[in-house]
Amino acid sequence: MSDEFPLQQNPVEQNRAALWPYLLAGVAFGFVAVRSEIVSWYRIYEMFHFASFHMYGVIGSAVLTGALSLWVLRRWGYSLRPPEPGRYRYALGGLAFGLGWGLVGACPGPIYALLGSGVAGALVVFLGALLGTYLYGLLQRWLPH
Amino acid sequence: MDGLSQPWPWYVAGPLIGLFVPLLLILGRRRFGISSSLRHLCAALGSRAPFFRYDWRAERWNLAFVLGIFLGGFGAGVLLPNSAPLELNPSVVASLQRLGLFPDGGLWPRELFALEALKNPKVFLFLLLGGMLIGFGARWAAGCTSGHSITGLSALQWPSLLATLGFFGGGLLSAHLLLPWFLSGLR
Repeated sequence: MSDEFPLQQNPVEQNRAALWPYLLAGVAFGFVAVRSEIVSWYRIYEMFHFASFHMYGVIGSAVLTGALSLWVLRRWGYSLRPPEPGRYRYALGGLAFGLGWGLVGACPGPIYALLGSGVAGALVVFLGALLGTYLYGLLQRWLPH
Repeated sequence: MDGLSQPWPWYVAGPLIGLFVPLLLILGRRRFGISSSLRHLCAALGSRAPFFRYDWRAERWNLAFVLGIFLGGFGAGVLLPNSAPLELNPSVVASLQRLGLFPDGGLWPRELFALEALKNPKVFLFLLLGGMLIGFGARWAAGCTSGHSITGLSALQWPSLLATLGFFGGGLLSAHLLLPWFLSGLR
């Protein structure tokens, strides 16, 4: 039904215990996100004004680390699914996402971390993001992909 | 302990974040991505549209992951907060002051994110609209910064480059044109 990345089906019956590693991985991610200040509205503003190397350094070294890891993991048969075909969805959807990112200075990961930090405004952003996701689900048929 | 509470430089944070790509792949052949959780939440809340009719329970790992991010944010933001104030480029501070924002060393502007600020309906709508664009755009583009700008670029998938260019282009437009316009309207 969806032309999203095909949702992965885990052949192993998922039980609650199997979720613990993901929860712990998330805790680590949230911790790093706050400590490295990438959850900061100001850091995003700085990035879009080319006034600091911080965000470029974080994203650049993350991609480099990810790419090297994937290159190594390929030997053991690990790979990522190919993306869905399409051009408009990536360009236009990306643009819409960027417009929001430039305003509220947080992408989805930081939104969850800021919620956990007790930032009141993050709750409004989160509700907006849920609403936007729902809206996409309703309008999907009429949007170019 | 000092190193744990001091803000971390990019060359520590970036590689750590990049490691989530292999970590989730090894844990269960999962693709590191965060915005899909918003779709799963809509599905779990019972949205009827076809886009949300799928077995979201098979994707519970993603919900566990973002619950973890929430808890990690609590740990690093409330229990053991950053021990040094946020330091900004003086030129940025000056441009922010012209927009009516006065950085105080915290991670986010109180003028936009504090509870008192939300009493202003314009601020509330500003945050809601920004969030909606993020949620809408992330699903349209089938991913956000984690799924495309980190995971997709790591895997050299060109649609992720296109999406990342969109994220950045949109952010530039927003930060330079929309944001000043919104903030001037708040005063």
